Amino acid sequence: MGKWTRRAFLSAAALTGGGIVVGLAMRPGRRVDGLTPLVAGEGETLVHAFIKISTDNTITAIVPHGEMGQGAQTALAQMVAEEMDADWSRIVVQEAPAHGEYAFYSIGRGFQFQGLNFPDLLVPTIDGVMMRLADSMNLQITGGSMSVRVTGRYSMQVAGAATRDLLRRAAADAWHVPLQEVVTENSHLLHAGTSRRAPYAEFAGAAARQTPSYTPTLKQPADYRVMGRSMPRLDIPPKVDGTARFALDIRRPGMVYATVMRAPVFGAPVARVDDTAALAIDGVIAVIRVPAAQSKDRVGGFSAGESVAVVADSYWTATRGLRALKVEWGMTPNDSVSSHSIFDQFDQALAAETDVISDHVTGDAKRALAAADSVISADYRVPYLAHTCMEPLNATAEITDGQCSVWVGCQNPLGFRRAIAAAIDFEEHNVTVHNQLMGGAFGRKSRADWAVQTALIAKAIGRPVQLIWGREEDVRQDFYRPASVSQFQAALAEDGEVVAWMNRYTNKFEPPEAPLIPYAIQHQDIGHVESATHVPGGAWRSVDHSQHGFYTESFIDELAVAANHDPYEYRARLLEDKPRHLAVLKTAAERADWQKPLAVGWGRGISLQECFGTIVAQVVEVSIDDGALSVERIVAAVDIGFAVSPDGTVAQIESAIAYGLTAALYGEITLENGAVVQSNFHDYQALRMAEMPNVETHIINSGHSMGGAGEVGTPGVAPALVNAIYDAIGVRIRKLPLKDINLRSLVEGKSLLDS
Amino acid sequence: MQQTVTINEVKQSIDVNPEKPLLWVLREELALTGTKFGCGIAQCGACTVLLDGRPIRSCITPIAATKGRAITTIEGLAGAAGQPHPLQRAWIAHQVPQCGYCQSGQLMSAAALLTQQPSPTDADIDQAMQGNICRCGMYSRIREAIKAAAAEATSDSGADG
Repeated sequence: MGKWTRRAFLSAAALTGGGIVVGLAMRPGRRVDGLTPLVAGEGETLVHAFIKISTDNTITAIVPHGEMGQGAQTALAQMVAEEMDADWSRIVVQEAPAHGEYAFYSIGRGFQFQGLNFPDLLVPTIDGVMMRLADSMNLQITGGSMSVRVTGRYSMQVAGAATRDLLRRAAADAWHVPLQEVVTENSHLLHAGTSRRAPYAEFAGAAARQTPSYTPTLKQPADYRVMGRSMPRLDIPPKVDGTARFALDIRRPGMVYATVMRAPVFGAPVARVDDTAALAIDGVIAVIRVPAAQSKDRVGGFSAGESVAVVADSYWTATRGLRALKVEWGMTPNDSVSSHSIFDQFDQALAAETDVISDHVTGDAKRALAAADSVISADYRVPYLAHTCMEPLNATAEITDGQCSVWVGCQNPLGFRRAIAAAIDFEEHNVTVHNQLMGGAFGRKSRADWAVQTALIAKAIGRPVQLIWGREEDVRQDFYRPASVSQFQAALAEDGEVVAWMNRYTNKFEPPEAPLIPYAIQHQDIGHVESATHVPGGAWRSVDHSQHGFYTESFIDELAVAANHDPYEYRARLLEDKPRHLAVLKTAAERADWQKPLAVGWGRGISLQECFGTIVAQVVEVSIDDGALSVERIVAAVDIGFAVSPDGTVAQIESAIAYGLTAALYGEITLENGAVVQSNFHDYQALRMAEMPNVETHIINSGHSMGGAGEVGTPGVAPALVNAIYDAIGVRIRKLPLKDINLRSLVEGKSLLDS
Repeated sequence: MQQTVTINEVKQSIDVNPEKPLLWVLREELALTGTKFGCGIAQCGACTVLLDGRPIRSCITPIAATKGRAITTIEGLAGAAGQPHPLQRAWIAHQVPQCGYCQSGQLMSAAALLTQQPSPTDADIDQAMQGNICRCGMYSRIREAIKAAAAEATSDSGADG
C-alpha cells in the first residue's frame, strides 16, 4: 500500500501525452489510511495524501517542500486551494514529514534532469525509468527552483482537483442527486435543485474512503481565482513578532550546547588535541573528536575531514572552550594551495587543450575561426563563493531508546535522515528529521555535514545537544560555488555578424545546459576540462548559471562592441527564431528606456538568461563618479510562464538580484596555505541598505510551462553590471568581484585580466 | 553572579556570568528566542535589541553592561495590549520577510529610528539600517515599510493633536 510498485508505475505510465507526467508525479491509489498517523491529528480527516480537512472546515495543504524564504509553501497552498475551490481564508500549510511516503519522485527526477522540459524527462526505456525511480526514493529536495513548477503543477493542483471530485461524489451519493449537479464554492458543496449547502468537512470522511483520481480535470487559467493573485504569505505574520521558530530556537529538556571546528585545510586529520585549558572553563562539559563521514553520498558525504567539538552549558561557553583548545592538524598534500595556484592550474588545464569534454557542438567553429578575418578573444574568471545564510548552521539531536530525533532546517529532510542514520549506524526508520523554517539556504542546506556532526555528538555524550556553528566556521567550511575560468573566441563576419562561438571552461557541475547560449550562431563549440581541487564545491543559488551567465553575457556584449552595434539590438538580431526570448529582452529594454541618452559617467548594460524554465532579461544602470560606482537602477523582465503569486515572484527576483549583486560587488573566497582566508561579514561582505538599487520587475505570463522563480534573477546581474560599466567608462571587466578594482585608475579599453 | 535585568518592562533577577553576552542570556536563560544570532561580532545586526531605546548588538554586549537599564526585544515591540507596532503592520502589508531570520533585528533598528526621527528621509533610513544585513535582499521593502509606518504614525499623531 502506497509503495511504488512496478505495476503501479506501469499503469500510471500507460497513459499518453501529458497524462504520463501526472502519473510520474503522483503515486496512484488510495493511501490515506497509511498516511493518517503521520500527518493528521484530532478532528482532522486526511482526504488525500496532500490534503486534510478539519471538523471546523479548515483545509490543510501538506507540502513536501521546506520554507527557506522563497514563499513556495504559500504558492503551493494556493494551487491546492484553487483546484479545490477552497476558502482561502481557512487554508493552512503543514510541511510533509520526512518519511518515505512523502519522498518525491517527481522532484527526484527533476533534480537529476533539471533544465529539461518535464516531458523530456522520460527516458527511453521503462527499465531506465525504474532505475532512476529507485535512486529517487530517498529524495525530498527543495531546490532547483522546482517547487511550484513541478510539485505544484503536477501534484498540488492534481491533489486539489481530485479531492474536490471526491467531495462532490460523496455529496451526490448522500443527497441522491446527479454528480454533475453538485457544485463547489468557498469550501462548500451546493446543490441548487434541492437548495442544499454543506461545508466540505461534512463529507470529508466519506470522501476519504474513496480512491482519488490522479488524472482529474484541472481548471483553465481563465477560471483561476486564487492562482495568479498575490496572496499574503502565510509564513510572514510570525516572522515579524519573533514567534517564528527556526532550528536555532528548538529547546529540549536537558539540552546542552556545542560548537565545532574542522581543519582549516579541507581534509586534514586531527594530529593532537590539548583540551586542558578548554576543560578548565566553568561550564565546559566535554571535548569530542567528531569523525569525518566516510560516505561518498552527495547529501551526507563531506570529505573535509574530522572536527573537534566543545560541549558546554551555553553556546557562549562552548565558543570560549573552542578558543582555548590547542589543536594540531595533520599535514595534507594541499597545505600550500592558494587561489593563485588554483587559477594557474585552471589556466594550464585549459592551455593543454586535451581531455576536452564537449557540451555542445554545431557546425565547425574551429574552421570558421581559422578562416575568419576578425577573431575576438576574451578570458574571464570568477572566485569561490560562500553562501552565508543569515541563520548560522545549527541542529539539535536527541537519542533515546534507540531512536534519534534531529531538528534542523534543511533542503532535503529524507536525504539528511539517510546521511544521519549511516553516520550513527542506525536503521533509517529509527531516525526522525523534524524540518524547521530555514533562515536562508541558497543551496548550502542541501548538504548534511553539520546535522551529521550533531547526531554524532549527541551519540557520544548521551544527551540532547544543539550544535551551532560560528559564522567563522560557516564561511570556512562551506561547499563553495566553484571558482572557474572561461575562455572565448568568436569569429565575426565583415558586417559584424558572429559566425562562430568557441568556449572552453573549467569544471562542470549542473545544470548541464548552463554554458549554452540562446543565440543563433552558425558554428558553436562549447566544452570544458575537469581540473580537480581540494575545495568542496556545491550548489549555490542558480548553480552553474551563476558563472556562465557572467561569462556568456559579457562576451556577447564584447562582440556587439567589436561589431560596433548596439548590445541590445545585436542580441535581438540573434534571437529572431526565439520569440519568447526576444519578447523578454524587448520588454526589459523598453521599460528601462534603453534608447534614452544618459549623462556622462552613466551607463546601461543588458543581459539575457534562460534558466530553470524561466527567461529573464535585466538592464542595469550605473553611475561612476570619480571612480566610485553606484548601481542606480535595475529593470528585470521575467517570462515565468505563469506566476502563481505575482508579488512572490517579484520578491524572489529582487532577492535573487540582491544575492547576485552581492557576489558581483563583494563575493570572493580566497585560499592561502590550503585554507580559506575570510571568516565573517567584515571580510566576506554582503550588500547593505544604502547599496540596494531600485529594482523594477515586469512579469510576463506567456502561458508557456511554468518556470522557476527562486534562482533565475541571480545570473544576469553581474554581466549587465559589467556591461553597464563598459558603457559608462569604456572599461571591460572580466573578473569578479568588483570590490578591489579601482575604476578611477583604469584607462579606457584596458582589460583587467591584462592589468 | 546575581543580576537584576529589566526586559520588556519586566524586572527579574538572574544568576549569570557577568561577561555573558546579552544575546545568549536572552536566548538560553530567558527563553526569548526572537532575537537571533548571526555573526557574533556586531557585523550583521540580527541580534539587535534596544537598550534604553537605542539599538545595540546584543551579541557583543555583556549582560553586566545592561545593569539598571531597560532592554526591549522583538517580543516587547508590540503595544501593552498586544496590538502590533505600526512597523509590524507595515512589514506584513509590504510582505517584507522572506526567510525572516534577520527581521527581528531589522524591526528593532527601524523602531529605534522612528523614535528618534518620526519622519525619516532615505538618508536617515540608510544610516539607521546600515548595520542590518538581509541576505534575502529585501532592503527596498524594508525601506517602503518604514516610510509607511512613519506616515501612519505621523497622521495618527496629527489626528490626536
